[in-house]
Amino acid sequence: MGEKLLMKGNEVIAEAALRAGCRYYFGYPITPQTEIAHYMAKMMPKVNGTFIQAESEVAAINMVYGAASAGARVMTSSSSPGISLKQEGISYASCAELPAVIVNIVRCGPGLGGILPSQGDYFQAVKGGGHGDYKLVVLAPYSVQELYELTVEAFNIADRYRVLAMIMGDGTLGQMMEAVEFRDKEETPDFKKDWALTGTGMNREHNVVTSIYIKPEELEAHNIKLQKKYEQIALNETRVEVYNCDDADIIVAAYGSVARIVKNVIKMAQKEGIKVGLIRPITLWPFPSKAFEKYAQVPKAFLTVELSAGQMVEDVRLAVNGKNNVHFYGRMGGMLPTQKEILDRIKQILK
Amino acid sequence: MFNKRINIFTGHFGSGKTEVAVNFAIKLSELYDKTAIVDFDIVNPYFRTADAKSELERRGILVILPLYANTNVDVPSLPPEINGIFERKEYRVVFDVGGDDIGAKALSRYRDEILKDDYEMFFVVNTRRPMTDTDEKIGRLIAEIEYSSRLKVTGIVNNTNLLEDTTADDLIQGGKIIEEVSKKLNIPVAFTSGFSESIRHMADNEKKRFLELQKFIKLPWE
Repeated sequence: MGEKLLMKGNEVIAEAALRAGCRYYFGYPITPQTEIAHYMAKMMPKVNGTFIQAESEVAAINMVYGAASAGARVMTSSSSPGISLKQEGISYASCAELPAVIVNIVRCGPGLGGILPSQGDYFQAVKGGGHGDYKLVVLAPYSVQELYELTVEAFNIADRYRVLAMIMGDGTLGQMMEAVEFRDKEETPDFKKDWALTGTGMNREHNVVTSIYIKPEELEAHNIKLQKKYEQIALNETRVEVYNCDDADIIVAAYGSVARIVKNVIKMAQKEGIKVGLIRPITLWPFPSKAFEKYAQVPKAFLTVELSAGQMVEDVRLAVNGKNNVHFYGRMGGMLPTQKEILDRIKQILK
Repeated sequence: MFNKRINIFTGHFGSGKTEVAVNFAIKLSELYDKTAIVDFDIVNPYFRTADAKSELERRGILVILPLYANTNVDVPSLPPEINGIFERKEYRVVFDVGGDDIGAKALSRYRDEILKDDYEMFFVVNTRRPMTDTDEKIGRLIAEIEYSSRLKVTGIVNNTNLLEDTTADDLIQGGKIIEEVSKKLNIPVAFTSGFSESIRHMADNEKKRFLELQKFIKLPWE
């Protein structure tokens, strides 16, 4: 590893994208992720890249569609209400199999909601916020270091499978500062984009990037092809951290900044003789169901903690599949659970 | 270090201005009868002076916050109580200004009041931040802040750190870069700040002008 710097979560996402070779950024400012745009606006001209503050989120996602069609590494970022606006473009780009990275630094909703952290966009990200049968690869980092590493990875996954990859973090992750150690050089394999619209030079048949299939048979065939691709992604790209789960009294499921809080709860509980495990999905889609299946019968119960009314808990229940009780504890509106609150809930469940 | 009535903290966003300003205010409150801190940050939505409010008030420090600090809206409004602080000369005052030239712009509104007063304008710098890791970049940022605030920086604060990952090498390298800036721009290094562990790595002459920081603005899991 190389250079070590102190960076804000949002800044590191932008820096990671630049290091991964992203030279096009289109976005529209919204708290708590605007630092991504600030950083890109400052840095893009220095690397001969393009930064555009679009007139709206809808415009930005369609600029992403254009740049990705031409084979460029491209990114957009926003926060919850802005991501809602982008959904149509996300569905179109998914159908057209365009690789790009979308960042959602989640704030609390619904509606205009507020600027404070939340995980209330889980359903939108993993169940398809736009129309039709498509999937995003959704990566959920929990530290500034991971924001860096997973953003680089998001570009590689996007190009490898021709899909959209989303970095989903809550406002705390976007705003917090931590030391981050950069690699001297990023591993960015050369993805041959022979499908991209780069001009035929009169030497080949023209390529087509589209999200419309006029014949129903063709559209169904395209859908089946997409689903097969998603199966491959689920097979190869599922990421999870399993921590302290062997012979745990209770296993907590949490992702993002909540998992940081839970890691401290584990230490607190240990002092009281309670063994708490953590299953931390790093990819929210594909969801690491296998880790839950494996440990389904180990603890006395499961507890999912989220900054939401209970969204990921549904996937945990599907994975545990009735083999154990799955409880839920959540906070909303920008409120965060304290370590003590979570520990109290654990004790209440185990009583 | 603590002899001016008005102490303004500017710098790159994420340089640690708020931590330095809050700790500076606490030191002032130990030396003087009346201390006030003004959260002047119109840039940063999270992790701000408002987070340390109860700790500051417990020490008798007057805390002046924007109306909507730490709520669910992002409204960059300055509190009207700021005007009073220029009249109430019995107070020692700390201004925690928002990052970069954008944050410093809000200061220019009070330029005339500040120039008439007894003031120091610090520039807080952490050379382990990517936009302030060379003397050229630091020099440029100081110029931008001076331009947009219409005030001159009078002292540089060396707040080089990587939080708990800070090493002696970070501090030595940071010291060198900041010394260079100080010479080029003819602005003195006012003091160095850091968490207590940093002192171990410091030369004796630096220790005399060291502001030890306590962490008041915390992450949810700290």
